Amino acid sequence: MFFGLFHGIASPLAGSQPLAAAGLDYAGLGRALLPEAALAAGALAVLAVDIALLRAAGTALRFRAAAAIAAVAVVAALAFCLQTGSSGEVFGGVLVLDSLGTAARAALLCLTLVVLGVSAGAAVPRRPAEYCAIILFATAGFTLMAAAQQLLLAFLALELASLSLYVLAGFDLSRPESAEAAMKYFLLGAISSAFLLFGFSLIYGLTGTIDLTQIAIVLARQGPSPLLTVALVMVLVAFGFKAAAAPFHLWAPDVYEGAPAPSAALIASGSKLAGLVLFTRLLWPGLGEAAGDVSSAHFGAGWLPVLAILSGASLLLGNLAALVQTSLRRLLAYSAIAHAGALLLGVIVVGSSGPGPVFYYAATYALATAGAFGIVGILERTGGSLQIAGLAGLSRRSPPLAGCLLVFILSLAGVPPLAGFFGKFAVFAAALKLGGVAGPAGWLAVAAILLSAVALYYYLIVVKQAFVAPAPANPAPITVSPVAAATLVVAAAAIIVLGVFPSLLLGLF
Amino acid sequence: MRLLPWTIYLSLAGAMLSLAAGRRSAAAARWVALGTAAAAWGLVLAAATGFSPSALPQTLVDLDWIPSMGGRYHLAADGISMTLLVLTGLAATAGILFSWNIGERTGEFFAFYLTLIAGVYGVFLSADALLFFVFYELAIVPKYFLIAIWGSTNREYGAMKLALYSFAGSALVLAGLLWAYATGGAHSFALADLASAAARFPAGQQVAMFALVFFGFAVLAGLFPFHTWAPTGHVAAPTGASMLLAGVVMKLGAYGCLRVAMPLFPAGLAFWQPAIAWLAIIGILYAGLVALVQDDCKFVIGYSSVSHMGFVMLGLAAANPRAVAGAVLQMFSHGVIAGLLFAVVGRMVYDRTHTRRLGDLRLLALYRLLPFAATVFVIAGLASMGFPGFSGFPAELSILMGAWQASPLWAAAAALGVLIAAAFTLRVVQLTFFGGSGSRETPAASAALPPISWPERTGALLLIGAAVVIGLKPDLLLNWIVPSLQSPLFKAVIKGGAP
Repeated sequence: MFFGLFHGIASPLAGSQPLAAAGLDYAGLGRALLPEAALAAGALAVLAVDIALLRAAGTALRFRAAAAIAAVAVVAALAFCLQTGSSGEVFGGVLVLDSLGTAARAALLCLTLVVLGVSAGAAVPRRPAEYCAIILFATAGFTLMAAAQQLLLAFLALELASLSLYVLAGFDLSRPESAEAAMKYFLLGAISSAFLLFGFSLIYGLTGTIDLTQIAIVLARQGPSPLLTVALVMVLVAFGFKAAAAPFHLWAPDVYEGAPAPSAALIASGSKLAGLVLFTRLLWPGLGEAAGDVSSAHFGAGWLPVLAILSGASLLLGNLAALVQTSLRRLLAYSAIAHAGALLLGVIVVGSSGPGPVFYYAATYALATAGAFGIVGILERTGGSLQIAGLAGLSRRSPPLAGCLLVFILSLAGVPPLAGFFGKFAVFAAALKLGGVAGPAGWLAVAAILLSAVALYYYLIVVKQAFVAPAPANPAPITVSPVAAATLVVAAAAIIVLGVFPSLLLGLF
Repeated sequence: MRLLPWTIYLSLAGAMLSLAAGRRSAAAARWVALGTAAAAWGLVLAAATGFSPSALPQTLVDLDWIPSMGGRYHLAADGISMTLLVLTGLAATAGILFSWNIGERTGEFFAFYLTLIAGVYGVFLSADALLFFVFYELAIVPKYFLIAIWGSTNREYGAMKLALYSFAGSALVLAGLLWAYATGGAHSFALADLASAAARFPAGQQVAMFALVFFGFAVLAGLFPFHTWAPTGHVAAPTGASMLLAGVVMKLGAYGCLRVAMPLFPAGLAFWQPAIAWLAIIGILYAGLVALVQDDCKFVIGYSSVSHMGFVMLGLAAANPRAVAGAVLQMFSHGVIAGLLFAVVGRMVYDRTHTRRLGDLRLLALYRLLPFAATVFVIAGLASMGFPGFSGFPAELSILMGAWQASPLWAAAAALGVLIAAAFTLRVVQLTFFGGSGSRETPAASAALPPISWPERTGALLLIGAAVVIGLKPDLLLNWIVPSLQSPLFKAVIKGGAP
């Protein structure tokens, strides 16, 4: 078999091969992959129903049918995912369903539900069935990324997700910005994939295995080498791109601005979370030997100092550049870059504090961003391209939308008792635990805390438009589809509940 | 006592309710808000009657909240919190009475207002530093909206400045607290645990942590030179919000200094003590002098707030029982008196004459048109000057006496501030109401001023009553405050015998 073949090649340490002892448990693999199977089946069903039954129907109806089928598929996947639970390594360690994997898969499926829900309020895409099917494929890629514990599967999952996202970014054929976004995203994404694959091949060459657990064992024995450094750089470049961390952030503002709103929501939320989990797994369990040290001022060489630099650069650049944005989408993009800085700090502390803080941060951040893009989509449907000034009077025109926007934006700003605050709190506390303010991790935490006061300014500008500025004369009425409205309200409520009871997520780890 | 946490829940529920009620009618929202605030105040007063002072805070609720970080939902009250809870209830109720004329987006106004109040109650009840911080921040965002939406002069600027100053201050606090928590090996955010962890830090580290936490809180307390948000914020705010800002929000900062910064880092206080005292004194004198030359009567009151809060900070810096008890009493007193002053100039005068310029007001001879307002303003002015018989007198006296114990020079310098306060208060009282053009006829345009309404009268009487009762019998509060200062948490900080 495919995977077995690779294990066969990559077994210089036959004695410690888990496969030999465990045998290949196809039934277990099947059970573990039920969510992905449900997603794939759902995607095919969406396409089949559309082609077979709805060719003559209007796009609105076709979209509703497609989104409904897709939502059913996601709910089924979620049920499978929760039913399987954290069952540990699957198929000899190709996949791992630990608490992080399970929590991430569940969170990713929920995020896809949110994206499907808010897409009901955005402009209807021209080929609705394809749109929904590709969202499902992307989601399948995400959930695989969340559980992959082997380089090849990790790369395939990442490519499945990425290729789907390139298409989603360019889906709006009526706007040249959309095509531009897709092109930029694709070119830079393809380059970063190439880096990643090159890095993977070097790691394979060095260690003779593609299994993360095996890689760790071999690296512990080999110690550092120049080739490993090159491989690490390659991997970090790809990570920086995926996380939209400076200086690999350049695609983010254009893609967030040009892509259709639901696509942007998915790129900003699910893709971020899945990438984070994938690279966390890759770096800590896999390459943890080469982590280095950032707890004191004497850098220990490794990938941690590099991540720390990326984190600092992102915090600084994101927060400062966001100050001057006039477009809500670009503001969200720079805020995403700033958040990427904090998320990288979260990855840094995984080694000492576990994945709880960074997962909580990423999941709640993703939810808030998806919600914010949902609102962007609804408003753009009625008002065209959205400037921050275009939010004027939102609280009079649509109080529920304004209320949801307030929750999402303030959560992004990290105002307690919303979830965004506790994400920051947990990550920064963990970072300071590494060594107080004696080392880069602590410096970054303090800088991030102080920069959050800067960030409050641009977030307040957004809510100020919505709540303080008077509505324009004769505004177009805002129509919100009930499904989108319900989705947004549930998302906002979830942010409040997760904020008031952070242990609901933090307690999982 | 057991019902005290319900002040928080009631206020939050009231916020939701008045938001809903406001969609039907403004009157409904007003009554819901007034009912909620009065009910919460009633709970506090009921608890106060059965309150027996003790050194240790009495736990009200203690639940696991975030076990992985050691955050607990721990609410407790001692004499200091009780004093400030009574103030909060009073200020909230009076503030709503003086916001009775808010006609635009009334439901939203009271929703933000009551959310702020919930945060304030929460801060005064928290015994866990993390919980404290969460409630502290809960009070910031509503302030922004109250000012930016319903404010007047330069409101968006004033609101943003206030929000950014507050948030920057709380960022410093968060950095300091997290640093102490993370490196001290504390397993919880309970103040006692943090204090025992922080005590193990070398003095140099304590000095730095204390600076972050204390000055972070001091931003909100209006300590010079971090006070500049206060006058602009107060002036821009609608009357009810000014009353809350001066009445309770500035107290949050001072309370944080006293409750969190000082007990956690005694060595830090020892290092920074002279600096804080002199900054406080500079604030008292400088803000007083600035108030003396303002042409906008709300700015006079705004700067007077900074000056009076300087006394609070001086009392904290002196760090002996007499001074600190005086500081807490001054928090109460200033909350009441500043509320009253803002009520007169913001609601009774400005909403009727649409000017706050002293040059314009002196032409109107308002004492004839608004005799009730004039009477209230004179009384409030006397109280603000520290006239015996009002709450400001025992408070400032005991701060000055305490400061004398610490350093006679501090007391002498601060006492100058009392003189300046008399000067700017007399000036603003005279120019606002008794300028008089000499002619007996009142200008026709101003004869039509609407009479003082019943909510205004009620609110004014409540506040005057509180100032007089505490002025005549400060022991009502001091008997609560002084035992609390014997708490083991304060042992290393507040030195010297009982006052």
